[in-house]
Amino acid sequence: MFLRQDFIERHAILLLVLTLATVAVGGIVEIVPLFTIETTVEPVKGVRPYSPLELMGRDIYVREGCYLCHSQQVRALRDEVERYGHYSLAAESMYDHPFQWGSKRIGPDLARVGGKYSNDWHYAHLENPQAMVPESLMPHYAFLQQNALVYDDIAAHLRANRAVGVPYTDADITNARADLEAQADAQADTAGLLKRYPKAVSVAGAPGRVTEMDALVAYLQVLGTMVNFADTSEEQLRQ
Amino acid sequence: MNDAAGAALQTAVEPYNEAVVRKFTIAAVFWAVVAFAVGVYIASELAWPALNFGLPWLNFGRLRPVHTSAAIFAFGGSALLGTSMYVVQRTCKARLFGGDALADFIFWGYQFFIVMAALSYVMGFSKSREYAEPEWHIDLWLALVWVLYAVVFVGTLLKRREPHIYVANWFYLAFILTIAVLHIGNNLGVPVSAYGAKSYSLFSGAQDALIQWWYGHNAVGFFLTAGFLGMMYYFIPKAANRPIYSYRLSVVHFWSLIFLYIWAGPHHLHWTALPDWAQTLGMVFSIMLWMPSWGGMINGLMTLSGAWDKLRTDPGLRFSVTAVGFYGMSTFEGPVMSIRTVNALSHYTDWTIGHVHSGALGWVAFISFGAIYYLVPVLWRRNGLYSVRLCAWHYWISTLGIVLYIVSMWVAGIMEGLMWRAYDANGFLQYSFVESVVAVHPFFVIRMLGGLLFLTGALLMAYNLIMTVRSPRTAPAPERLSAGMVAVAAGG
Repeated sequence: MFLRQDFIERHAILLLVLTLATVAVGGIVEIVPLFTIETTVEPVKGVRPYSPLELMGRDIYVREGCYLCHSQQVRALRDEVERYGHYSLAAESMYDHPFQWGSKRIGPDLARVGGKYSNDWHYAHLENPQAMVPESLMPHYAFLQQNALVYDDIAAHLRANRAVGVPYTDADITNARADLEAQADAQADTAGLLKRYPKAVSVAGAPGRVTEMDALVAYLQVLGTMVNFADTSEEQLRQ
Repeated sequence: MNDAAGAALQTAVEPYNEAVVRKFTIAAVFWAVVAFAVGVYIASELAWPALNFGLPWLNFGRLRPVHTSAAIFAFGGSALLGTSMYVVQRTCKARLFGGDALADFIFWGYQFFIVMAALSYVMGFSKSREYAEPEWHIDLWLALVWVLYAVVFVGTLLKRREPHIYVANWFYLAFILTIAVLHIGNNLGVPVSAYGAKSYSLFSGAQDALIQWWYGHNAVGFFLTAGFLGMMYYFIPKAANRPIYSYRLSVVHFWSLIFLYIWAGPHHLHWTALPDWAQTLGMVFSIMLWMPSWGGMINGLMTLSGAWDKLRTDPGLRFSVTAVGFYGMSTFEGPVMSIRTVNALSHYTDWTIGHVHSGALGWVAFISFGAIYYLVPVLWRRNGLYSVRLCAWHYWISTLGIVLYIVSMWVAGIMEGLMWRAYDANGFLQYSFVESVVAVHPFFVIRMLGGLLFLTGALLMAYNLIMTVRSPRTAPAPERLSAGMVAVAAGG
C-alpha cells in the first residue's frame, strides 16, 4: 500500500525518499565496484607521479581548457593504435586528478604526444600554431611565454596531490622547488630530478626565469612516455 | 452573487509569489541571448581561428565553458527555477515556503553563481570537468543556494492544499534532488590552499572519468530532461487546455526514466580504459532508456488530441509541441550512438555536438520558449503577446537554424569518423588528422549560420516580450483552470 502511486503522490516525504532511492541504484552499482575490483587499474611498470614542473604544466593545460579540443585516450581500435600509438592503459592516468581523457577531437589525441616532436617545435607551435601547421584551428598561446610561472606554493600543490592519493614522498615535497627549477634550466644538474622522476624532459627556458610555456612543454613531452611498451608483453597488459 | 463567490474564492486561495518568477523569467531571456551569442562567437572561432586574436580570455578553450554554462545553467537553470516556483505554487495552491526574502536570496544567489562562474572561466580558472568547471569555492556557493532551493520547493509541497502532488512536481523534485547529489559527488576535491582557487579532484583516471560522466550524463538526464519534462507536463496541458493524455503513462514514464537514466554515463567512455563490464552496462541501459523517453513524448504529443488546431493560432504552443518532437528525436539518436559499434565512429566527432544541440536547441530551448511565451502575459497581466506574428517568425527562423546546425554536424561528424578510420589500397591510413580538419570547414561555417539564425530568433523574442510588458496592462490576471491538472490530480 505504501508503494502504490496513489499513496506516494499524496506524501511528499515518501515521494522524496523513493525518488532518491531509485536514483541511487545505478550510481552505486556502477561506481562502487570500480574502487573494489583490483583489476580496474592494474599497475604498470614506469608510471610515476608528475614532476613539479610537469604538474604545473598540467594545471595550465586544465586551466586553458585544452581538453575541450584534445582527447588523451587512445581507444582500443585499429586505426587509433596506428595513428597515435598503443591504446591507453588505465594505469597511465592513475595520477591524473582530474582525468583528461576528453570528449572531442577538434585537434588530434595527445595521449602519446610526448617525444613525438622536439621542444623547439612545441615552443614555436604554441607561439603560433599556424606557422607549423597552416590548416590548424588552434588559438595562439604566445602569452604563456610572457607569463612567469608562479610556483611559490609548489610544495602545497604536491601536498594536495598527496592528500588525494598521489604517492609523493617527503623528499619529493622538500625538493619540489629545486626539482622544478632544475627541469627548466638546460645547464642544471638533473641527477636528483631524474632519480625521482625518470624520463622527465628538461625544457630550455629563458635564462633566469621559468615561464608558463616551459611548464606546459614539460608536461606535453612526458605524455604517454612513462610506460615502455617494448619490454612489456601483451599478456601483461590485458585488462 | 457572482462577486460574492469570487471574493470567497480569493480569500480561500492566498496570492502566490510571482515576483520571483518574473525575475527568473527576465533572467532566462537575458541569459538565452548571452548563451547563443557566445555560441555563435566560438562557432566562428572554429570556422575562422583568427578570431581568437591571441587573447587569453577570448580563446576557444576559455569561452567554451562560458557558452555551455550560460546555456545550461544560466538560461536553462533560470527557466527551470522560475517555472518550478510558478508551477509548484499553482498546483499546490500554496505560496512559496520560506517567505519572499528566501526566494529572493535564491534568485540573486543563483545569478551570483552564474556571473562568478563565467568570470572565473575567462580569467583562467577551471576544474576541467565538463559542465562542472567552476572551482571549489563557487561550487560550495552553488551547493548552498541549491539546498535552500530544495527546502523551498519541498516545503511548498508539504504545505499544499491539494491532496495530490501534481505530476510536473514529481519531475521537478527528481531534478532538484538528483542535481544536488550529482553536484556534490562530482565536485569532491582538495584545495591547494584555503585562500586560493586551485583544487585537485579527489578521484583520478578511470574512476574519475566514470564519476564525471555519471554527473555529465545526468546533468543531461535530470537538469536538461527531468526538469524540462516538469515544464512539459504543466505548460502543454495549460496552453492546449486539455488533460494529460494518460496518467498511467506519466507514472511509468517518471519511475522508469529516473531509474534508467543514472546508469547511462559509461556510454561516454566506450573503448577506453574503463572496464568493459561498466561500458556494457552503460550501453544496455542507454538503449532501454529509449522506451520511457518515447513514452513521455507520446504522453506530451497526445495531450494535443482534439486541440491540434491550436498550433495554427498559438505559436507559443507550437514551440512546446515541436520541442517534444525534438525530444523524441534526440532520445532515439542517443541510444543509437550509445551502441559500441556506432560509438566507435561517432565518438570524438561533431556528430556528438550535433546530437547535443538537437536536444539543447530543439528540446530545452523550445520547451522553455513555449513556457516563457505563455508566462509573460500571465505574469504581467496582459491579454496576450505584443505580436503573435513576431512569435511565429521566431519559430520559423529558429527551426531553420536548428536544421542547419544538426544537418551540418551530422555530415561533419560522420565524415570525420570515416576519414579517421579510412585505409588506402596499400593498407596505410589514408588521411592525416589535419586533412579531416580542412574537410569540415564548410560545415563549420554552416553551423555558425544556423546558430546565428537561432540567436536572431531569440532577439526577436526578447523584443516581443519587452514590448508586451511595456504595452498597457489589459487583463486582471485571468485564472484559467486547467482541466488536465484537475483530472490528473484526481487520478483520472
